[in-house]
Formats: sequence, structure tokens, C-alpha cells
Amino acid sequence: MDATTNTQDSTTDAIAVEVDHVSKIFRGEQEVRALDDVSVGIRKNEFFTLLGPSGCGKTTLLRLIAGFEPPTMGAIRLGGRDISRLPPNQRPVNTVFQNYALFPHMSVAQNIAFGLEMLGKPKAEVQKTVDEMLRLVRMEELKNRRTGEISGGQQQRVALARALAPHPEVLLLDEPLSALDLKLRKDMQIELKRLQSETGITFIFVTHDQEEALTMSDRIAVMSAGKILQVGPPRDIYERPAERFVANFIGESNFLDATLAGGKATLAAGGTFDVHVPEGVRDGKVSVLVRPEHATVHAGEAGEREIAGTVENVVYSGEATVVHLRLATGEAMKARLSNAPQGGEAAPETGSAAAVTIAPGAVTVLRD
Amino acid sequence: MSEMGATPYPPGELEREARAADTRRRWLLSLPALVIIIFAAAGPLLVMVVYSFLTPGDYGNVKWQFSLEGWTNTIVQRDIFDDTLIWADAHLSIFWRSLSLSLITTLLTLIFGVPTAWFIATQPPGKREFWLFLVTVPFWTNLLVRTIAIQELIRSEGVINLVLLKLGIIDAPLQMMFTDFAIGFGMTYVYLPLMVLPVYAAVDKLDFRLVEAAHDLYASRWTAFRRVILPLIKPGIIAGSILVFIPCLGAYVTPRVLGGGKNLMFGNLIELQFGQGRNWPLGAALSLMLMVAVMVALIWYVRVTSREQADGR
Repeated sequence: MDATTNTQDSTTDAIAVEVDHVSKIFRGEQEVRALDDVSVGIRKNEFFTLLGPSGCGKTTLLRLIAGFEPPTMGAIRLGGRDISRLPPNQRPVNTVFQNYALFPHMSVAQNIAFGLEMLGKPKAEVQKTVDEMLRLVRMEELKNRRTGEISGGQQQRVALARALAPHPEVLLLDEPLSALDLKLRKDMQIELKRLQSETGITFIFVTHDQEEALTMSDRIAVMSAGKILQVGPPRDIYERPAERFVANFIGESNFLDATLAGGKATLAAGGTFDVHVPEGVRDGKVSVLVRPEHATVHAGEAGEREIAGTVENVVYSGEATVVHLRLATGEAMKARLSNAPQGGEAAPETGSAAAVTIAPGAVTVLRD
Repeated sequence: MSEMGATPYPPGELEREARAADTRRRWLLSLPALVIIIFAAAGPLLVMVVYSFLTPGDYGNVKWQFSLEGWTNTIVQRDIFDDTLIWADAHLSIFWRSLSLSLITTLLTLIFGVPTAWFIATQPPGKREFWLFLVTVPFWTNLLVRTIAIQELIRSEGVINLVLLKLGIIDAPLQMMFTDFAIGFGMTYVYLPLMVLPVYAAVDKLDFRLVEAAHDLYASRWTAFRRVILPLIKPGIIAGSILVFIPCLGAYVTPRVLGGGKNLMFGNLIELQFGQGRNWPLGAALSLMLMVAVMVALIWYVRVTSREQADGR
């Protein structure tokens, strides 16, 4: 077992975990295809996020990598080595469980020491690493407490320290922040990112929270119904979603009808835009995405390169105002305007005619 | 306009009344149980305490004459011939046999009961009831009947011996009846459900993600059992052990039927004093001794488990 192998590899392209055509079918009263021919490569030292709604198979994929369940089909490789057959205790992979799964009959320090003891490390080394981990997650003062006597945020930190202590090649995190309140969650997001860069361990992070995924990840895999729909850096996923599901799941979206011809999309509502065309989309009728914050609105008639609409609703939400419009084609559209200091330009009024301007490059063709 | 605080009730009166009514209702509800406990448990116990300090009557019963012999006789006895005091070896060896057989039975029910409880608790929820039902089925039949059924299995012409003879594994029937083995075997069978049920309850409560966490942290199956599962189901194991051990100490029917006359256990010794022995004070003292032993074990159990609870959970 080489769980302590230093994985700080300068070649960032090296693959840490390779999921090779993996399917997982649960046979109960009815057959559930939790994973459907999933293939993905997760790079070394990467903060990789599996993002999707509940039931999309993201946790199943994590459990397969951890070794808690065997795949129905396919193989999982770790650093090029097939680990499909290894039990969890022989995989240099550790998990931070959703509800932490801390051992209630042990102290904080004993929890952190557990993995190291199981690996048969000498006492002095266990002690040293436990102290290091306690410092890393800032829990030195509570090391002798029982896990039931510390707060949720502290338990979270102990769970992290326990999983990091054996210095695994890959750390799996199963929605570890979902039980925390908003403020704590924001702090832990930054904390996790810090831990990842300090330890240089590959993180595979499961979440259904798109904002969390965008904030923390190097790359995101968006999953739905047992399939990976798109893999890419947060910016690509947000700005160039390939499918309607991905666009809809991440951020606010306007879906508009358009006609694609020669790398240019002409909206049904008016206006022609240079667009990025994803693979497999042919000229003709397509759906395009415009993010609300990439559109602006002003009162009055539409000029050239502008789209005419009627204001249906204006919603103030602190840092922005969202204008809901009905376009001439009958399509609904939202525009998100940043709020200027008081006395700045006011948003158009409900019921008035307005003109929408879409920023160049803001129109994305979708594959669906 | 009324003044501030000028309500029809003085402060706290309504709360006091509600509390009083609540207390009344509780006493009323527990009255039948209290009556039964006082008359059927405390009463006879008092009689036993009084009897243990009296002199045995000639044909059983007691003479109303104070005596400590009942108690001293539990440990020493007067030699019939020269009137010297000697250790009551018979009592001590019976006490020892009861203790060791009870411990062995507890151990055996642990060895058989824990895996059984584990098996049931890890069944899908719909199937657990069926297995639990099977475990409790023996309780539905009278103890004596079940014990006699065991006798049919292990006696010289019994099922086990017949099968072994037919298969040619043995030449002559094994003597199993009227041995300590028979008593241990019978008691293990009788008390096994009392071990399975509390251990099942503990395993059922066990969070299996903790087991996964242990495996994830490189624990083998055996180490995960020893370091994580065992400490967490310990309360169930202790409860089961107490539930088996205590009735074993006082077991009466099983040793009587399967052990015959020779292999007495403590319960039989007590019975003997009230029957052929015609020494009621001694019988009363012996049963009080047994009760104290059981109470000590119980108090120890409560102490140990509550200390663990205080350790944090």
C-alpha cells in the first residue's frame, strides 16, 4: 500500500483517477441504473467536482471510487493501476462522509489517529501527524473532546483531518458542507480550497450546490440521470454550457429560439450574433442561451441591434434588479441589471415598452 | 380599567393546580401496579427475611424462635457425629457450579447470539420481523415442555445418540443426560433469545456508515469489528449478558430435568431446603444470598454503563 506516497507531481496532466465506462445498476424491486456508461479522467492535484441534482449518481460514483460498492460494468484505475477489485481498506483513497461518520466512542485525536494506526505507523509518527492535522484544521484545543461534544463545523474539520491524516492519493468528499449553515459553509469553502493547495492531494468533491462548485473547483463534471453531461473548468461550464440541462442547473438562464447558419445565430426575436457552436450541432433551428446578466434593458423603442419587449415585472434583490420581459415572439426573457448607487439610472417600469441589448459573445448555442 | 396584574388568580396558582392534578393522575394510574408489587413482591420478601432468622420446625415450617443458624448454615455446618463446625462443602460446590455454569452459558449465548443478532439486523427491514419471530417462538411454549423436548434429544435412546449409532460414529450411546453438559446445553438454548434481542437492538441502532468509515481508513473486517463495531454494540452485549446470567444463577427447571438429582444448581439447593431438607430458614437465607449476588451484579452493570455514558456519546 502506498497511501503515503507524495503526490506533489509537477505534471498536472497526469491522471489520478480514471473511470472507464462504468455502469452501476441496483437491482431491487425495480432496476435502477444509477450510473450509465460513465467515463472521466481526474487529474492529479485537481479539485474536481461532481455536480448534479440528488439521484443523478454522483454519490454512487464516489462510493465506487472508494470501493464501498463494485461497479456493474467497467473499471476504475488509480494512477494507472486497476483498483476495481480492491476492498476499500486497500485503496489509498479516503472519504469525508456527508454526515462525517466520526467514531462517537473516540476523542477527536483518536479519530484522526485511526487511519494511521490501521496502516501500522509507529506511535511517534502517528502522534506527530495527528498534531500536524490538528494544527492544519485548527482544532488543537479540542483534541481530547468526544466528537459528540463539538459543533457541526468542528466535526466537519475533524472529519477532514481524519481523512487527510493518512495522506491519501485521492480525497473523496461527499457533500461535506451541506449540513452547515450558510456563513460556516462559506468559510469552509475557502478552508477546503486552502487545504487542497497545502496538501497537494487530489480532491473529488460531490455537491448539488452550483455556487459551491463554481467557487471551489478546478474542473466540474455536471451529472444527470447517471450520465456525465459536461466536464470543464467553472467558467466554461457557466459560459459555454453544452446542453440545456447544464445551463438550467447552473445559474439563471434565458432560452431563446434561433436559426444557426455558418457560425452565426439569428434570434427569432431579432439580432444576429457570432456564436460558439458545440460539437454535433448542425445549421438550422437551435436553442440558444443568454445569461440574464449579459443583457441590459432601457426604456423606450428598440434601436438597431436591440430587441423589443414589454416589461412584465421588475424585481429588486439588493445588489441587482431583475427585469422580466415578454418579447415580440412571445418568449419570456430576464435581464439582470446591477444596481447603481441611488440617483443612478432607474429600471424601466412595469407595462412599459423596453429595448434589450445582448452583449457580444453572450449567445451560446445549446446541443439539445 | 383594571390595574396591572390584577388578575383573578394569584401568580403561580394555575401552574400549581395543574401540577397537583398531574401528580394525582399519575399515582392513580400506577396504583394497581404498586399494590401488586407491595403484596406479591415486597410481602413475601419480608416473610423470607423473617424466616431466615427463625429455627426450623420438625416437619418443615418454622418455630418462632430467633436463630442465626439459617445464615451460618449457608457457609458452615455442624457435623452430625461430633458436633464440630465444618465448611458446608456441598453448598460451596453447588454455588461454584451455578456460577461457572452460568458464566459458561453466558459465554455460549454470546458466541451464538451475537452473529445471530447481526444476521437479523442486517436483513432487509421487511424480513427482520420474520427472523425475530423465529427467535422468540420458544417463548411461546412452556419451559418445562421445551426442557423435556431437549431431554428427548440427548438421552441415551434419544435422537442424537440414535443417529450417531446408526451412522456408526459411536458404538455405545453417549451419556449426555444428567451431566453438566446437559445443563449448559439446555440453559444456552433456553436463554439464547435473551441475548439475541438486546444485541439485535444495539446492532439495529449501529450506524453502518461508521463501519464504512473504518474500512475507508484501512481497517480490515476484523479490526473494524474490534475497534468500531464492538465498542458501539457493547451496551447491548452487556444487557444481554446480564439478562442471561442472572436467571441462569437461579435456574431451577432446566437443571432439575436435565441434571437429574446429582448435579444440583443453586435454585435446586434452595428448593431442597423447603422440601426434603425441611430447613426453611436455611432455604430463606440461601435465596436472600442469591438475591444479593444478583443485585450486586446489577448495580455493577448500571455503574459501568452509566460511567460509559458519562464518558460521552
